[in-house]
Amino acid sequence: MIELRGVKKKFGEQVILDGVDFVVQDGETVALLGPSGTGKSVLLKHIIGLIKPDAGKVMVDGLHVARLKRKELAQLRYKIGYVFQNGALFDSDNVFENVRLGISDEAKYADADYSRERVAQVIKLVNLPADVINKYPSELSGGMRKRVGIARAIVGEPKYLLYDEPTSGLDPVNSDIIDGLVERLADELGVTGIMVTHDVRGAFRVADRLALLSGGKIIMQGTQEEFLASENPKVKEFLERDFETPSNAAA
Amino acid sequence: MAAAATTSDPRVYIGRAILGGMAHVGRVSMLVVEIFRGLKEVRIWVPRAFDEAWNIGVGSLFIVLLVSAFAGGVTAYQAGYQFTGSLPYYVVGTLVVESIVLELGPVLVGLILAGRIGARYAAELGTMRVTEQIDALESLGRSPASHLIIPRVVAGLIMIPVLVVFADIVGVGAGLWAAKQVLPLTNADFTYGAQYFWHPFDAYYSLIKAFFFAAAITIIPCYMGFTTGQGAEGVGRSTTGAVVSSSVIILLLDVVLAKVLLNS
Ligand SMILES: Nc1ncnc2c1ncn2[C@@H]1O[C@H](COP(=O)(O)OP(=O)(O)OP(=O)(O)O)[C@@H](O)[C@H]1O
Ligand SMILES: [Mg+2]
Repeated sequence: MIELRGVKKKFGEQVILDGVDFVVQDGETVALLGPSGTGKSVLLKHIIGLIKPDAGKVMVDGLHVARLKRKELAQLRYKIGYVFQNGALFDSDNVFENVRLGISDEAKYADADYSRERVAQVIKLVNLPADVINKYPSELSGGMRKRVGIARAIVGEPKYLLYDEPTSGLDPVNSDIIDGLVERLADELGVTGIMVTHDVRGAFRVADRLALLSGGKIIMQGTQEEFLASENPKVKEFLERDFETPSNAAA
Repeated sequence: MAAAATTSDPRVYIGRAILGGMAHVGRVSMLVVEIFRGLKEVRIWVPRAFDEAWNIGVGSLFIVLLVSAFAGGVTAYQAGYQFTGSLPYYVVGTLVVESIVLELGPVLVGLILAGRIGARYAAELGTMRVTEQIDALESLGRSPASHLIIPRVVAGLIMIPVLVVFADIVGVGAGLWAAKQVLPLTNADFTYGAQYFWHPFDAYYSLIKAFFFAAAITIIPCYMGFTTGQGAEGVGRSTTGAVVSSSVIILLLDVVLAKVLLNS
């Protein structure tokens, strides 16, 4: 379970998170929506302990993330896969080594045969050609880099997956493949996921539940139907921009 | 005192500068602690250190040899110019060897490499910071110290002294050659002069200096790169900051080491 209680974060004078309460149950996939610059990425980074809250607490798997010792934090991070918004690939390593670094089990990482097979497997899962593993990140397109980032996040078989806009910048076919992958990981392996996205359609497809971050708070959470039925102007505004809601489709 | 509270008081600035400096020292020390902690992850850092050592060694060899050859050559040439007959020629040997080995070799190489290796380390780590590669490494439960910093520091601590040894040898060789161009001096004269004032400790001194300089050239830029602020501007600032501060530290170390080690 991932649990944020009253999380506040300021950068200088700029308040980004202003008391976020957000819970994701085990096995659930929640889509986190919100306008650009509201702090969705900042929220995700709190979960993996890259950013510490000014107030409030972040609990993952029953552990208080900001209070963990380095070993415990590393152990927890092995259980979490993080897909960075901009890929964040190691540009002095080739794709194989990039993905392999995601294998958290030290023995498996050192096992050359296992690594080769496992990396090839996840490269296939994200719909990249097998020969991509010898390329360097600078030789890949933006969409390919994004998918290598996803491969690196899932290769260690994490229990939790945090996706920061995994489909932005992908063509519709590959977006569908990634959405399908997110769904499969949730359904077949029971992965608990949070997916930050601007793609409301994709969110409706893969997520059990949606949450909308705005003005430093989660202003609404609920199912697709609840969102579509919402009378909250901020929710309506957000959905209408990206998605044809039944009300305006009828009009 | 009420005056100390106003911002126009120079003491406020001095105080802030001292506090800021102490904060840097504190964080550099923490980085050094991280480095020691990470050392047990041998399997991670050893192969990376080899790659890095090869890169900086091969990459820096040419400029190091060029600079030391010129330093040796010019020292000998100027010595020859000043020695119009009143001193024995073999003194040129003494002068070239002592000035190259004790001072010019390590210091010139140190300053050159602060620009070459230091800038490279700060820019690499700074870019990794702003493109979230360091965050990504941490998100994988991996330690940036053992993956990124230790290999760079160890590579520098090994290769920089090696480069200084090369520089010493080439500098002396070039000095000998240049001396023979301007003076009727034989190899034997030069060797005699070189040995006349030579202490075996001088060679160690050169290496000890190189080692301390190597620490400055690697640790400070790694720290600067690691703590880079936002964007390309941040990378630029930490790169220049790394070169300037490691150069200044080299000059300070030069004085301190001379004082501490050459007093006997
Ligand atoms: N390390 C940081 N230091 C200072 N400010 C930051 C930092 N990280 C994020 N911010 C600020 O926090 C705000 C929220 O950033 P964040 O990246 O979380 O937005 P986002 O919701 O993910 O937006 P997008 O949809 O565009 O990715 C931005 O105004 C950003 O400038
Ligand atoms: Mg973002």
